[in-house]
Parts: sequence; structure tokens; C-alpha cells
Amino acid sequence: MQILMIPEIGHYALVIAMLMAAVQGVLPLAGAATRRPLWMAYARPMAAGQLLFVAIAYACLTASYMLDDFSVANVANNSNSMLPWYYKFSAVWGNHEGSVLLWSLMLAAWGYFAARFSRELPRDVVARVLGVLGLVGMGFLAFVLVTSNPFERLLPNVPGDGADLNPLLQDVGLIMHPPMLYMGYVGFSVVFAFAIAALLGGRLDAAWARWARPWTNLAWAFLTVGIALGSWWAYYELGWGGWWFWDPVENASLLPWLSGTALMHSLAVTEKRGAFKSWTLLLAIFTFSLSLLGTFLVRSGVLTSVHAFANDPSRGQFILMLLGITVGLSLLVFALRAPRVGHRVGFTWLSRDALLLINNILLVIMTITVLMGTVYPLLLDALDLGKISVGPPYFNALFVPLTLVLALFMGLGPVARWKQTPIRLLVRRLWMAALGAVVLGVTLPLLFAEHWSPAVALGLVAALWIVLPMLRDLFDKTRNASSLGAGLKKLSLAYWGMQLGHLGVAVTIVGVAVVSNYSIEQNVRMAPGDSVEVAGYTFTMNGLSNRRAANFLADRANISVQHGDSRRSFEMNPEKRLYLATRMPLSQVALRPGLLRDLYVAMGEDLGDGSWALRVQYKPFVRWLWLGGLLMAFGGVLAVADKRYRRLATAPDPEARATGVSGREASA
Amino acid sequence: MNHRRLLLLLPLAGFLALAVFLYQGLSLNPFHRESALMAREFPEFDLATLKAPERRVDRELLTGGELTLVNVWGEWCPECKREMPQLLDLAERHGIRLVGISWKDTREKALGFLEEFGDPFEVNIFDPDNELAFELGVYGAPETFLVDGDGVIRYHHTGYIAPNDMTETILPEVEKWR
Repeated sequence: MQILMIPEIGHYALVIAMLMAAVQGVLPLAGAATRRPLWMAYARPMAAGQLLFVAIAYACLTASYMLDDFSVANVANNSNSMLPWYYKFSAVWGNHEGSVLLWSLMLAAWGYFAARFSRELPRDVVARVLGVLGLVGMGFLAFVLVTSNPFERLLPNVPGDGADLNPLLQDVGLIMHPPMLYMGYVGFSVVFAFAIAALLGGRLDAAWARWARPWTNLAWAFLTVGIALGSWWAYYELGWGGWWFWDPVENASLLPWLSGTALMHSLAVTEKRGAFKSWTLLLAIFTFSLSLLGTFLVRSGVLTSVHAFANDPSRGQFILMLLGITVGLSLLVFALRAPRVGHRVGFTWLSRDALLLINNILLVIMTITVLMGTVYPLLLDALDLGKISVGPPYFNALFVPLTLVLALFMGLGPVARWKQTPIRLLVRRLWMAALGAVVLGVTLPLLFAEHWSPAVALGLVAALWIVLPMLRDLFDKTRNASSLGAGLKKLSLAYWGMQLGHLGVAVTIVGVAVVSNYSIEQNVRMAPGDSVEVAGYTFTMNGLSNRRAANFLADRANISVQHGDSRRSFEMNPEKRLYLATRMPLSQVALRPGLLRDLYVAMGEDLGDGSWALRVQYKPFVRWLWLGGLLMAFGGVLAVADKRYRRLATAPDPEARATGVSGREASA
Repeated sequence: MNHRRLLLLLPLAGFLALAVFLYQGLSLNPFHRESALMAREFPEFDLATLKAPERRVDRELLTGGELTLVNVWGEWCPECKREMPQLLDLAERHGIRLVGISWKDTREKALGFLEEFGDPFEVNIFDPDNELAFELGVYGAPETFLVDGDGVIRYHHTGYIAPNDMTETILPEVEKWR
């Protein structure tokens, strides 16, 4: 007997939130256009109210899950009374309705924080930014209410128990992956709103770029962590040791990441040099559009993937409509209002400006490459030219060389100067790094690997070429200080953020190169007592057992592993689980992680006669993939903490002074 | 409107074109592309039949020019029981040729199953050791493959064939490739 009203309260809260979002979307924008302070003043309270009511709705849905209220269709379809409490909690976003609600919650949260931390901004800018966010929020809340209501009831025939959460999703990695990813997707809405506000208000200067930068970096950092978590989850949960599949949904998250990366760099140029203004605006629009496109691809079921929850055309049409209105309108505003004549900012082809421009072009080409590969099957299908699927060979053939070219320019960029760099200076600063990268990159695999691989050598050269010039730059920047410590202290957090971000890219490149070329995989048949050697490790099967947990049965193998002739051994226990409610079998991988290598054992089939098919893998440097991602994200966060973003803006708000109302009081 | 403005409209034009395709994509069924074996030849095999252990069958069973539904089933699989009425209907009422793969079963149990639930299959390939099913990439019964007269896989259905699946997907696919 649950408290029966919870779902209705949630539903009602959602309706209120949508109405508040509508007010937030309409009044402040109209107020900014007609210069009415009272209308503009609606922006902040509505942003707070919208967050409050979406949060109530979300809390109600979570309560229905925790209380096993199977009269709610969403709970009945995706939960089960045997599920541990933390999976009930995360099951809320393990399905279509709940995840769109989470999306809306995060959008409201970003909007609220944009309202909180924009005290120093002119009031019309705040009104426009929050107004745009309100419109986006309204669209998504309407989507939830009209097509994906998570509070729908199954009355009067309430099922006795739920159908269970998809076993693939019963996992810690999945508790964290979607929220991080959504934080990234949704976070780009803030810079998008800033871009539209700039287009509408006609104000686009260094101060604008400085406001937009921290939001962009933060969203990007979340997205980076989200992608890394997704890759990690696929690695250990899907059971075949892959870490990136070029699956449409993975691509959907990579697209805004790539264009978001371009946006971060182009914002830097706009702030420091006042250049690339239209380009920056366009990238801001594109990045958020790609986030929406990603949502569309996943939620509409247009493309097949493990992530596609539901295939309901009405939902697809609604999201496509949202996408069309949002992107279409913003691109129209862009076409009509983009800065008339960008004043020419002079720079030569050997300057940081030019190198960042090249970086931007490369990143955009990479984005288009991935976008094409992802939607191409759809285009052909729509034109009735047959059904094909674009696989990893296409992506690898284009993406890998582009990454190498990008790495080439990443080595040059940080040491080049704005406006122009004398070529002599570049050569002087870089020749040692170039030599070091080539020598080390070529010889390291010779020394530490059994066979030399040109691909690995190339990857190492690229990574070193990113890292060594940065070290040289650190050295140059600190050598005039009284001590190394004093010199390092003087460097800004933004600089450290850049360094760490680039280091992260280098670390990921090393990981990709090594794990793709030096991994060893063996499929073996083992019975108790058998042993097999893989990459210098001896795996011995000690025995098999059965285990029963709350919601699954498992066959479990006990395997002891020895390295070389070492006495010490450790145990690995892979499982083959059968989830009771869905009758779905799932392999639980045994992992022995390490900074330099992972060992990976997955159980395949019971071959009868007491033996099992096992897949044993040796994965060198695989952790570096995600370590690099974390470094990148940390770099992004570090740059946000830079003190220049906390300095108050210099531009006063004339109207506020005239009426005696400051931004702070207006929102109170 | 000068030339530069027209240039600025390009992103919008590009997006609108993409949106049209996405809209068309909504009405297409993505599950057609699902199996990695789609449009490939049915794998080679050489296995005994369920009813007659001495009779061996191979790929030629499926290249005789007649369209065939190959259904992977097992006595231990509850979904397979729910699927049998639809399979019987496909065979008897619609005259479609069905070949079964009796997967990870004992002969005795599998024959008992057919006794109890009916036998829509022209012949059953006996695959107790997951040989052919492994080649097909089966990871749970029931799964059904539509194989055309030349032994090429044309459609793949995972999970049980519900009565509405029959009219909505299986029969149209059969019509398409017959």
C-alpha cells in the first residue's frame, strides 16, 4: 500500500514546470526587445521555479521506483521488487521516459545556475540568455508531457511485480554514464543561449566570450567524462573487450564533443583577439544542435543500437520538430543577424590565431566525417538506394589520419604567439621536441615490446610531439623566475588547464595506439585443472561453482593467474549470469586492471563435459584511454576556476542604475 | 540582401536538407539492418537431422530455390513454446517452408517438444553443441532467419514471433523476398 498520490503530484509538478518555462521563455525575451525591466525581471525567478518543480517531478518518479509502485507503467516495465535499491534509483533514467525527464531536470539546473552566476551581466543579456533556455526547457517538458509521460498508470490491473531492468544496465558504470553525458549535452545549451542572446542583442565582444567560456568548458568536461565512462562501461560490461564501436549512439556523443572542442578554441581567439566572431557563434549553435541531434538519433529509434529504448514514431516526430524549430530558428537568426562586417584582425599564417583556425577546420572536418558515417545509411535508405551499415573501417580510415594531423598542429599551437611568430623562434623552441619525439617514439616500442609496430611508433611520436613542446614552454615560462616553484605559481589556472587537456589527448593517443596493436586474445576451452598461457601469464582453472544472488543465478569459474615464474598468484572469477525476471543471460567479466595492462577473462558457453569456453585477453595500456579522458576533463574544470572569470564585468547596466534596481535585488 | 547574407544562409539550408532525411528515416524500420549476416550467405554446416540421426544435411538444404524460415529453438526455452502456434500458422496457412535448428537439446526432449506443441518444420537440424548456431551468431532462442532461395540471409528476427510480428514483419518480408 503506497502513498497513492505520488505519481499525480509528479505529473502536476511537471505541468507547472512547463508553464514556468513558457513564462521564462516569452516574457524576458519580449522585455529585452521592448526594454521593459519588469518583464525582464521574470527570468531569474522563473528559472528557479522551473528547477524546483522539475526536481519535484523527478523526486516523485524516483519515489515510485523506490516504493515498487508497479501501478506506474514506467516502473512496472523497468524495475522489479528484487532489484537492489541503488539499481531502482538508477533505473529511473535507464528508460526513455525517465531519461528525458533527467534531461529536463539538468536543463533546468543549468538554467538556474546560469541565473545564479550572472550577477555581473547586463540585465538584457541575462534576460535573453534565460529566455532562450526557457524556450528550450519548455520544448522538452512538452515532449515529456505529450509523448513520454513517465507517470502513466496501469490501472486497475496492477501487475504483481515489474519486468526488471535490462541486466546490461544493472551496473555501476551505468549509474554514472548517462547523467554525465546529459550534463554535457545539456550544458552546451548555455553557450547556445549566450550565442543567440548575442545575435539578438548585437553585443559580441571580448566580455561576451569571457562569459561564455567557463560554461562551455564545464559542459565539455562533463561530456568528456560521460564519453569516457561509456567507453569504460562497454569495455567491461559488453564482454568482448572492445572500448569503442563507432556505434551510432557513441558517435552521437562524439559529435558535440568534437564541435565543442572546436568551440572552446575558437572562443579563446574571440576573447583574446576579437576574431572569428561569426564562426564562434556558428560553432555554438552547431554544438548544441548536435547535442539535440544525438538525442533525436537515440530517442527516435531511427538508428539501431543497444541504446535505442523505444521505437515510437510519434516521439521521433516530436523530437525532430523540436530539433527543427530550435536549429532552424537559430540558424535563421544567425543568417539575419551575424556581425555585419567582422573587422579585420591581422595575423600571419604562422601565428597562434592561424594555428587555432587550422585546429578548428580539422575538428569540423572530423565532426562532418563522423556525422556522415552516422547518417549515411539513413540517407541511402531514405533515397531507396539500399541498406548498408558504415562500420569501423570507414571511421578508422578517416579519423586516425585526421587525429595525427591535428596532433601535428597541437604541438605547434601552444608555443606559437598571437598575431605572428617568427619562424626562427618556432624552430629554436621546437627542434629538440621534434627530435625527441621521433627518437623516443620509434625506439620505445623496440625496447619494450616483442615486435615493432609502425602504428604504435606513429602514435607515440604524435603523443610525444604534443607533450614535449609543452614541457619546453613550461621551461621557457619559468626560467626567469627566482625559483622553479615561484615560476610555476605565477602560471594561470587557465594555462594549466590547457596543458592538462592537451596532455590528456596525448595519453589517450598512446592508449589507443598500444591497445589496438599489442592486445592479445585467445578463445580457449577449459575444464577444472586446465591451464593456458597468454602474454606471459598462466591462467589455471581451479574449479566451477554456482552462485545465487537476489535477481540472478550464476555459473562462476575460479581461475588463478601467475605472471611468468613468479610465486605469487591472484584469482579471477568470471561469471555467466542468468537474470531471473527476463531470462536473459549475461557474461560478467573478471578484470585485473593495471596502469600498464589489463587482464580480462570472460565466460562463453558451457560446453558440457564440465568444460567451458573462455575468452582470455591481455590489454596493454587500455587504462590510458580513460585516464586521458579524465585528464582532459580535469583540464577543462581547472580552466573554469581561473580567476579572470570571477572578475566583475566592467560594463555597467545603465537601466539598472536609473531605476535603482540592481540585478541582485531584482532576483531576490 | 547582399551576397554575404546569402552565404550565411548556407548552414540553414544544409540543416533543412538533413532534417528532411531524418524525417524520412522515421518511417523506416531500423531493425532490418540488425544482423551482421544480413545479405550474406547462410554459413556452411554438416549436421544430422533431429528425427533421423543417420541422415546428414548441409547448406544445400537451403539453396534449392525455395524461400525458407530457419527457426532456432530448444525444449528448454519457454518463449519457443509461445511461438509455436504462429510457426504452425505460417507453415500450414501461408505455406511457408520452415526448417528448425534444435539447439542445445537432447534428441529425446526435442522430440517430446514437437510431440506436445506440434511440428511445423519440414526438417530439423540437430545442433546440440552450438556449432551452427554459433556460426549464425545466435545468442538466445528463439531467433529466426529468413533465407532466400539462393541461401542468402534476408531478414533476422530476434526473440519470439508474436502474433502481430507475423502480420507486421514476417509476412511482408516473406512477400518481399519470395
